[in-house]
Amino acid sequence: MTMQVQDVFTLFSIDHLLSEEERAIQGVVRNFVDDQIRPYVADWFEEGTLPARELALELGKLGMLGMHLEGYGCAGMSGVAYGLAALEIEAGDSGLRSLMSVQGSLAMYAIHAFGSEEQRLEWLPRMATGEAIGCFGLTEPDFGSNPSGMRTTARRDGDDWVIDGSKIWITNGNVADVSIVWAQTEDGIRGFVAPTSTPGFQANLIHKKMSLRASITSELVFTSMRLPGDAMLPGVRGMKGPLSCLNEARFGIAFGALGAARDCLESATAYAINREQFDRPIAGFQLTQKKLVDMALELGKGMLLALHLGRLKDEHRVTPEQISLGKLNNARESLAIARECRSILGGNGISLEYPIIRHMNNLESVFTYEGTNEMHTLIIGQVLTGISAFR
Amino acid sequence: MKIAVCVKQVPDTWAEKRLRPADSLLDRESAEGVLNELDEYAVEEALKIQEAHGGEVTIVSMGPERAVETIRKALSMGADAGIHIVDDALSGSDALATSAVLAGVLKDRGFDLIIFGSESTDARMSVVPAMVSERLGLPQLTFAQKVDVNGGTITIERQTDYGFDSVEASSPVVVSVVEKINEPRYPSFKGIMAAKKKPLETLSVADAGVAAGSVGTGAAWSVVADFAARPPKAAGTIVNDEGAGGVKIAEFLATNKII
Repeated sequence: MTMQVQDVFTLFSIDHLLSEEERAIQGVVRNFVDDQIRPYVADWFEEGTLPARELALELGKLGMLGMHLEGYGCAGMSGVAYGLAALEIEAGDSGLRSLMSVQGSLAMYAIHAFGSEEQRLEWLPRMATGEAIGCFGLTEPDFGSNPSGMRTTARRDGDDWVIDGSKIWITNGNVADVSIVWAQTEDGIRGFVAPTSTPGFQANLIHKKMSLRASITSELVFTSMRLPGDAMLPGVRGMKGPLSCLNEARFGIAFGALGAARDCLESATAYAINREQFDRPIAGFQLTQKKLVDMALELGKGMLLALHLGRLKDEHRVTPEQISLGKLNNARESLAIARECRSILGGNGISLEYPIIRHMNNLESVFTYEGTNEMHTLIIGQVLTGISAFR
Repeated sequence: MKIAVCVKQVPDTWAEKRLRPADSLLDRESAEGVLNELDEYAVEEALKIQEAHGGEVTIVSMGPERAVETIRKALSMGADAGIHIVDDALSGSDALATSAVLAGVLKDRGFDLIIFGSESTDARMSVVPAMVSERLGLPQLTFAQKVDVNGGTITIERQTDYGFDSVEASSPVVVSVVEKINEPRYPSFKGIMAAKKKPLETLSVADAGVAAGSVGTGAAWSVVADFAARPPKAAGTIVNDEGAGGVKIAEFLATNKII
């Protein structure tokens, strides 16, 4: 009998592409997820809650928050290490990875890249430890894929800024201490660092979600929210600001989504080997084997793509279009893998006793947020043809 | 306070382990090597004592080349320096030889506290800490579920079947810890990055002041004469309870002379 290798990344010898430190980081996050997330996450999902404050402190202790940023208490790790951490956290739950992405790649990155030294010193060290939680307000009810049309405004009043408008689908909104708010000014779109304690800031929890239930999702409303003159991010103007933050987060998703897919495939493979119908394991049926093999191929290929992008990123050579390749492919294939795994588990596939339906529902969000499947398709289409199909 | 923690690389606790047919030794290729779980508690206890009383924590491990990964894991948790004893002559060493080599390395280095996990998950003999303390002529405070450091006085709670014994000695001492003692920390990312820059000393058997002929398979006091794979589990008997289930269980236990 040939040797059985259930783990797809082992089959592809992915470890061979990683350094000892990268493997160590991956191992620590995996252990953390096994001990601190896996036993509880199905309950959080069912109840639609997340102990975000406690978890942020735990993630901070490991060094996961803003881990790819330099200085200000951040761990200063490589892009690949950041990707591997995102993958292992998302093998636990996409909601956890969302918390980490929004904190590190959206809120902290915005302050790190575009903030004043005072803003960096005020927020980054506390955000790196998880004592302060950040959120990122870009999407509005009427402006999703086309954020440049946003209606939130910031107007000058003496030295102050006064912000009015609203944002939707804001991860961490109700637990955040600080919000990065993007708004129209006379000078184009600018970013603002708004403490959530500011009068005029209101966060409303979004209920009735069937996806990312172990994640805090909010609507933000700003009513004559007055901020001091130095609350604006001085380092960037226009859509380049929010888009470069999104680029960071999308990179994490190219890895992260694969974690959810791997968890589904591990669960479905073990199930298929143990589940007997017609007096034999269903893993012995050709239809099931074909499903498992097709999924293993997509998972392995997705990982090779993600690692390639990671190495390019660490050489400062990755382009936004290339990150679109990773986000589009890996979110799409991970969702397809989750659905196929669901079919292998039959009726049991819909139960939270197994991780699959949870990952599958989560991946519906991952498929759409941080640039929809359609937008990434059109971005790549534009690169291939030189013709924009959306503008 | 100068603290040494002796750690061992063992095959992953959850992996299927194999012995090599050629020499009946563990096939280290068959399973990933990890830091022995109980040694993580030893490292954690050393770091906690260091945090409270200052000083330096040195990790000591005897094992093949790749055991250096295990030392680095302990360094990434926060220890300061590592000593790796690696020598082809050590392959197949028993507990007596291991304790001789460790004692050779530990003596004359001025450690106040030498901490071990109370057993390894592969050999499970629990004797090396006692052997090392005997060879060094130091008090042995083994199977500790709690360690208190008060100046030069070390007090432990030794876990027993009926509760614990309070045992006290003056440093230097040898301590072994049980898993009840603490909750080992995860290495932080900064710790992982810092670990590769920490000092690591590599020693041979000769450096430990031990003759090469007195260690390894040839010098072992016990050898594996033979081994066989565990036979597959036999199919069980299923008894449907139609009102007489209890009687049937009693009959089964009686037949097997259990009652």
